[in-house]
Amino acid sequence: VNMNLSNTECIFFVASRLITRLLHCLWQVMKTCKKMGIKTVAVHSDVDASAVHVKMADEAVCVGPAPTNKSYLNMDAIMDAIRKTGSQAVHPGYGFLSENKEFAKRLAAEDVVFIGPDTHAIHAMGDKIESKLLAKAANVNVIPGFDGVVEVSYTVNMVVLATTFCKEGFRLSSQEAASSFGDDRLLIEKFVDNPRHIEIQVLADKHGNALWLNERECSIQRRNQKVVEEAPSTFLDPETRRAMGEQAVQLAKAVQYSSAGTVEFLVDSNKNFYFLEMNTRLQVEHPITECITGLDLVQQMIRVAKGFPLLHKQEDIPINGWAIESRVYAEDPYKSFGLPSIGRLSQYQEPIHLPKVRVDSGIQEGSDISIYYDPMISKLVTYGATRAEALQRMEAALDNYVIRGVTHNIPLLREIITHPRFISGDITTNFLPEEYPEGFKGHQLTSEGRRELVATAAALYVSAQLRSQRFLGNLRVSTTPQEQRQWELCVELEKGSHTVAVSRSGSTFTVEVDGVTVEVSGEWNLASALLPVTINRTPRVLQCLSRDAGGDITLQYLGTQFKVRVLSQLVSTLSAHMPEKVPEDTSSILRSPMPGSVVAVSVKPGDVVAEGQEICVIEAMKMQNSLIAAKAAKVKSVHCKAGETVGEGDLLVQLE
Amino acid sequence: YTHIYTHRQSVAQSEVQEQSRRWYSVSHLSVQERIDRKRNAALIGGGQKRIDAQHKRGKLTARERVELLLDKDSFVECDMFVEHRCSDFGMEEDHNKFAGDSVVTGQGRINGRLVYVFSQDFTVFGGSLSGAHAQKICKIMDQAMMVGAPVIGLNDSGGARIQEGVESLAGYADIFLRNVMASGVVPQISLIMGPCAGGAVYSPALTDFTFMVKDTSYLFITGPDVVKSVTNEDVTQEELGGAKTHTAVSGVAHRAFENDIDALLNLRNFFNFLPLSNQDPAPVTECHDPSDRLVPGLDTIVPFETTKAYDMLDIIQGIADEREFFEIMPNYAKNIVVGFARMNGRTVGIVGNQPKVASGCLDINSSVKGARFVRFCDAFNIPILTFVDVPGFLPGTSQEYGGIIRHGAKLLFAFAEATVPKITIITRKAYGGAYDVMSSKHLRGDVNYAWPSAEVAVMGAKGAVQIIFRGKSNQAEQEAEYVEKFANPFPAAVRGFVDDIIVPSTTRKRICRDLEVLASKKQTNPWKKHANIPL
Repeated sequence: VNMNLSNTECIFFVASRLITRLLHCLWQVMKTCKKMGIKTVAVHSDVDASAVHVKMADEAVCVGPAPTNKSYLNMDAIMDAIRKTGSQAVHPGYGFLSENKEFAKRLAAEDVVFIGPDTHAIHAMGDKIESKLLAKAANVNVIPGFDGVVEVSYTVNMVVLATTFCKEGFRLSSQEAASSFGDDRLLIEKFVDNPRHIEIQVLADKHGNALWLNERECSIQRRNQKVVEEAPSTFLDPETRRAMGEQAVQLAKAVQYSSAGTVEFLVDSNKNFYFLEMNTRLQVEHPITECITGLDLVQQMIRVAKGFPLLHKQEDIPINGWAIESRVYAEDPYKSFGLPSIGRLSQYQEPIHLPKVRVDSGIQEGSDISIYYDPMISKLVTYGATRAEALQRMEAALDNYVIRGVTHNIPLLREIITHPRFISGDITTNFLPEEYPEGFKGHQLTSEGRRELVATAAALYVSAQLRSQRFLGNLRVSTTPQEQRQWELCVELEKGSHTVAVSRSGSTFTVEVDGVTVEVSGEWNLASALLPVTINRTPRVLQCLSRDAGGDITLQYLGTQFKVRVLSQLVSTLSAHMPEKVPEDTSSILRSPMPGSVVAVSVKPGDVVAEGQEICVIEAMKMQNSLIAAKAAKVKSVHCKAGETVGEGDLLVQLE
Repeated sequence: YTHIYTHRQSVAQSEVQEQSRRWYSVSHLSVQERIDRKRNAALIGGGQKRIDAQHKRGKLTARERVELLLDKDSFVECDMFVEHRCSDFGMEEDHNKFAGDSVVTGQGRINGRLVYVFSQDFTVFGGSLSGAHAQKICKIMDQAMMVGAPVIGLNDSGGARIQEGVESLAGYADIFLRNVMASGVVPQISLIMGPCAGGAVYSPALTDFTFMVKDTSYLFITGPDVVKSVTNEDVTQEELGGAKTHTAVSGVAHRAFENDIDALLNLRNFFNFLPLSNQDPAPVTECHDPSDRLVPGLDTIVPFETTKAYDMLDIIQGIADEREFFEIMPNYAKNIVVGFARMNGRTVGIVGNQPKVASGCLDINSSVKGARFVRFCDAFNIPILTFVDVPGFLPGTSQEYGGIIRHGAKLLFAFAEATVPKITIITRKAYGGAYDVMSSKHLRGDVNYAWPSAEVAVMGAKGAVQIIFRGKSNQAEQEAEYVEKFANPFPAAVRGFVDDIIVPSTTRKRICRDLEVLASKKQTNPWKKHANIPL
């Protein structure tokens, strides 16, 4: 595509937080555009009319209803909108259409600039099999044994190995690919032991210049999606870094790449690295590269698209300090390290009051997280002169991040960044399943942590009790001679019960937990979402998520939410008489573990199912989840059908 | 008060001791010993065996309940020595006499504020109501009205004391009369913590709020056995009059709690919202939530499509102090939301249409639910906030045959006669007569706001156009014109029917400011014996 962008006034964004998963990036792109004096147009589906990016853009166009193939993937509607708004350039966002060669072609045909690499590069790199052949030709390390027939031989292998399970996996992945990307071929790759996922950021212009902007370590993943990234990597030495960088640049040049791009590598324990794929777009994790290099990648992309040569030379690219990025998702980390959750963000406060913290998000208080799209809430980036400093800031940032109304993965993020193995830098892409083979269970309290938590809950309870006795201007309140100064309490936490004595002096509480004294002081603002306290002289930020009249308090402590029950001695004694409510037997009931839509129901009433047999498939936020029978039984009733939308906890199938 | 009372009591006690030493030292037991014996007997009610049985049912004893409900050491008991006076069927025998009979009465404090309490003792004759039992309850009710303090009844009674016959019935009526006299004078709350059947149910029904304990409490006119024999219906106690039935189906109870402890602790919490009497202002507690806090989420809460629902509770929790909202009847007539919250520490009553349920329309049940709540607030000086998103009254034969006209009129009546501060926020639809009803300017609303998404009109565009342009073509065009004209807040704003069009995120700030201004509002209705609300 040959065009002169110097008179570009309007950039069209085919993006929403929904398709692009990353409004966060988009938001930043718009900011950069504003800075550069470029007008912006956003498209949105009818459910996102009030999304942040829509408000931020100078103009907005609705392209259809919520399902992506009717809106954001609807090329006709989008081309129409581009014409109507007279946009001269298109920023394709970060998913779906950004790598769609057909789209790039149609833009080229109408003389609209595509911000990003040209069709040729997208075409070359968009096909994972072809890209490997190209990489090999460009002398880039590829996984040993790889050649053009691998796909076939592995497919054959798979047929030989075919089990119900394997077939299942194949069906799920190809359906997923077809539903999300409109392409159902699969690539089977060789297995690399103890792999790390390290990628190189490249930046190339239209004049044959290309740079590598150092690496990003993205090994912490769940189900092949990145969770925590950092730059630089603890693992690379300067030689390996240079070797990887140079190969990445070779590849970019080989395909005449122009724009920002990412070359992903798998690195084994001996620092051998193998080309995985090249992403022809701005990655979610690009801010950490910006942090350590000081470059604004978005601005660079627009400059390149306008045809300007690169400003920098390879030797100008520094590594300054350390940056960590946590991907904050609206998902339940206790279910397979993260199953989507939905809801309305009833309260939302980003920890941007802390130094060297950057939050890229596309949402705001009141936003709805719906079932249709990717559940990312934000990218939380912290920066420090050293890795330890960056990590410490990340801890504080996670503790100060207020997200209410949807379940989120902050418990998992905080556990990862404080895990000794992560701190030592000894990680692989299997970190999560290796460290949590039974699944993630939240922060495990030490006995000291337990005491801290119990003491804080008790102090909070007493503060609330005292406050409820303070009526303003009411003369009919008993003038008790002296305010109670000593409280005998019983605090229940995770099935354990603690005897607690609390005494107060001003805003400091001395709490005796099972005979050990803990001193807790703070402001005790009962309206604030954050609960900053000093426990035995250590400052900590907890969050109070709920507090009810029955003494139940939910506190977020070290990232994890704990349910604590604070009772007076009297209540505690009398509680013994309260009847226990019997929970329902769940083995014969299959409920939806998350909100989503039913893709397939594999059983009908009267069928006999084996334990572990698939009963139905639920899709939510681009993910398909196979639900299986908990026991061998006959199907009693089916309460859902394919195509239906279900909520979390909805009854799907009942067994006898 | 407690201090003085305790002092008096101790003076009285020492006088009694003094006298007993002087004059009765010759008797077998000293008076002091007899007093102690009676007191101790009263403390264990029907005896340890029955207490154990009570516990086994998952229920606490009358005294345990009082202890949990009131501040530590604040309970001052009354009539501990009262015994029943029945002399038939062997009731006169000593082992059938229990000190205090089957109810514990007195006064105490909840968070320092005075309250009168009676707690029926199921361990004594199944908590059945004798003449003496009723007399004890009446005594504290009379006192409560005299000093102006709420009455809380903890009900756990098998019904009338059959051995006493008409004396027991008279007792019920005495209580009913006092319930009626106290209505609107002091708040009355009933917590049903066991059976409550027959005539007994009418006392809770006359009080302002009836709460229940799940699984262990029942309210019915006649139990399942009688039902079976009269109508041949098979029904369990739970289905007939359990907490679920009364909170979701009949609307008799206002809320249910998990167990005795949960119920009592929640009642303490609830009590803090209430003024002590109709002579006291709504209470103001210390508040940590800034009154000028913006609520950004409200700017996007109303969906663009007028047919799409949203949760009114999100708005209410968003604006309330600390997101705390004590909902009344959360499971009944869910198309209207009512309950208590605080604004800058001050108790307010909130009424809101719930678009999530039946589009938030007004029907028979929601009108009655709303009306009773509004009248309570008005009686007890609690300002009323009304959030309006109402498409109108629910049409149809079942509603018309059920008398939606006279029931809907109750809500209209309640809002119109209320003289407490009334603030109304139209969030979206305010259509037809329902617009008038929902605390409109015309019914003496003090401050009426509209959000930019408000539409005040006689009806939705489609229906309106069908009537105005009946039989004419290009209705779509007319519809667009109607929307342009009426589907916005201007028609109401230009006529002064709303005082201002406000940015939703500023709603809390505006309301807090207005409440401060309206705190000194004085308005009276014309003298009358009482109004004639269309019951």
